[in-house]
Amino acid sequence: MAQIYDFIYNLFPYLGAWLHGLLQGLGLPEWAITLIIGLIQAFLLANFGLIGFAVLTYVERKIIARFQDRLGPNLAGPYGVLQPVADGIKLLTKEDTMPAGADRWVYNLAPLIIAVCAMAPLVVIPFGPGVIGVDLNIGVLYALAVGAGALVGVLMAGWGSNNKYALLGAFRAVAQLISYEIPSVLSVAVVVMVAGTMSTVGIVQAQDVPFLFVLPLAALVFLMSGVAEVGRTPFDLLEAESEIVAGFHIEYSGMKFALVFLGEFVHALVVSALFAVLFLGGWRGPWLPPYLWTLIKTGLGIFLFFWLRATLPRIRIDQMLNLNWKFLTPLMILNLIGVALVDKGLRAAGASEGLWAAGMFAFNMAMLIGALALPGYLGRRARMAAMAPAAEGAEELAAAEAAAAH
Amino acid sequence: MTLIQAVFILFSILTLGAGLLTVLSRHLFHAVLYLIVSLVGVAGLFILLEAEFLAGVQVLIYIGAISILIIFAVMLTRGMARNPGPPLNNQSLAAAVIAGLFFVLLAPVVTGFPWPQAAPGVPADAIEALGRSLVDPNQFALPFELASVMILVALIGAIFIAREKR
Repeated sequence: MAQIYDFIYNLFPYLGAWLHGLLQGLGLPEWAITLIIGLIQAFLLANFGLIGFAVLTYVERKIIARFQDRLGPNLAGPYGVLQPVADGIKLLTKEDTMPAGADRWVYNLAPLIIAVCAMAPLVVIPFGPGVIGVDLNIGVLYALAVGAGALVGVLMAGWGSNNKYALLGAFRAVAQLISYEIPSVLSVAVVVMVAGTMSTVGIVQAQDVPFLFVLPLAALVFLMSGVAEVGRTPFDLLEAESEIVAGFHIEYSGMKFALVFLGEFVHALVVSALFAVLFLGGWRGPWLPPYLWTLIKTGLGIFLFFWLRATLPRIRIDQMLNLNWKFLTPLMILNLIGVALVDKGLRAAGASEGLWAAGMFAFNMAMLIGALALPGYLGRRARMAAMAPAAEGAEELAAAEAAAAH
Repeated sequence: MTLIQAVFILFSILTLGAGLLTVLSRHLFHAVLYLIVSLVGVAGLFILLEAEFLAGVQVLIYIGAISILIIFAVMLTRGMARNPGPPLNNQSLAAAVIAGLFFVLLAPVVTGFPWPQAAPGVPADAIEALGRSLVDPNQFALPFELASVMILVALIGAIFIAREKR
């Protein structure tokens, strides 16, 4: 019994060792074994992204349907579980159109770049001790950097399509994605500073207490900017259906559209997985095997994304920019400085691990409440001023209000 | 020729070729895309030199931010979408001569300078060493702080310029 449990718990290391032994038995040199195992890892990771995409399209529609008191897809197979297959066949058989006047190379390359840049960060997501594509010593930086590459694809899609809605969508995408990269990178910097490493494995190992309870403010800001970078509701104004139809991917059809769509879903998956790794303790947890914990924690993040989409309306572009530049970015810079001081202060005072975590939590929560109270106060004052002589300053502060509402 | 040399030549061709296409491209938008390819090539060279941190920062900042802002500016340029003219104008010959002279001036400096030779092999904690040297007063603390102050000044200046006049 204990053996079976051990086997299931350490499934991937056992499989790796078995495969290694098998290949050695065939008399292959060491470099060939490394190459073959690397290729299998790449295949598995890519398929994790692809299967995750297929599952998520179905799960999202089901969950949103439940939120809206509908049934969702229910015709293809039992409970509609074959819906992704039906969608895939439909997309494969659609005509592949290209608008007149489109920039042929730019237009055709864009979906590839979006999809590849979305999949690439999966390499540094650890699914357990030793179960990781590559444990880069710049792991988190790599994930952020490669994710930023998708922006180029979005711009190429928007410009290459020769369509004004696509171009408008691309403009909005640039304004949004570039802006929210800054609080996102700053919140990751806080984690890297506390963990003392940029390797994803090292960050998971540093979390004896999950960083959600040590750095709640950084976790919140990372999640918010993550939603914005993925471009999901309430930050979906780069593809706002009611304003600019579909944004930068308006002209894509068939499999190219599927690739763009895949990029978005896998990006959401990667952001949730990064959230799990950075703040929820990655693979660590009692009883269950590590890879299951990673999947469960990633699923929590994804569910939160769906929940937000079903609940919140879309924000305006000025609110989006104000929220980032006037609230999140200054807040995260202050948080970075504050956390550095409190962290070093507590460590220098010789605080135990529990006391250190409690101190960090108290500091972050105080900062969070203060940060939420200030725009709330300013927003109330602005509303009062607006009610008296219909002043013009109210609009500027509406974004601060939106921040408080979050 | 070792594998490393082959990869180095590959990335060099990528970097220089894309750089050349950046300059010669008829279309401004394509020029920026070639610039991005060239920057990817530079990131590849950094990885080849085992400077992963620099490669990551190169991709994050130069491709993820700076090139995107260039594209943004280019896309807002009036009338760039139709009838792009030839990239060369009647001053191209003079420009080529001056660039050639600059190269002649620069080449002996680069080849003749006694560049410090690093010990072969990269220390395992290269990132930590980099971080420590940036805050060490005996190494790069002063340049690092000066760069920070300069960026802060630029930031405040940008806010001042962008501020609405009341």
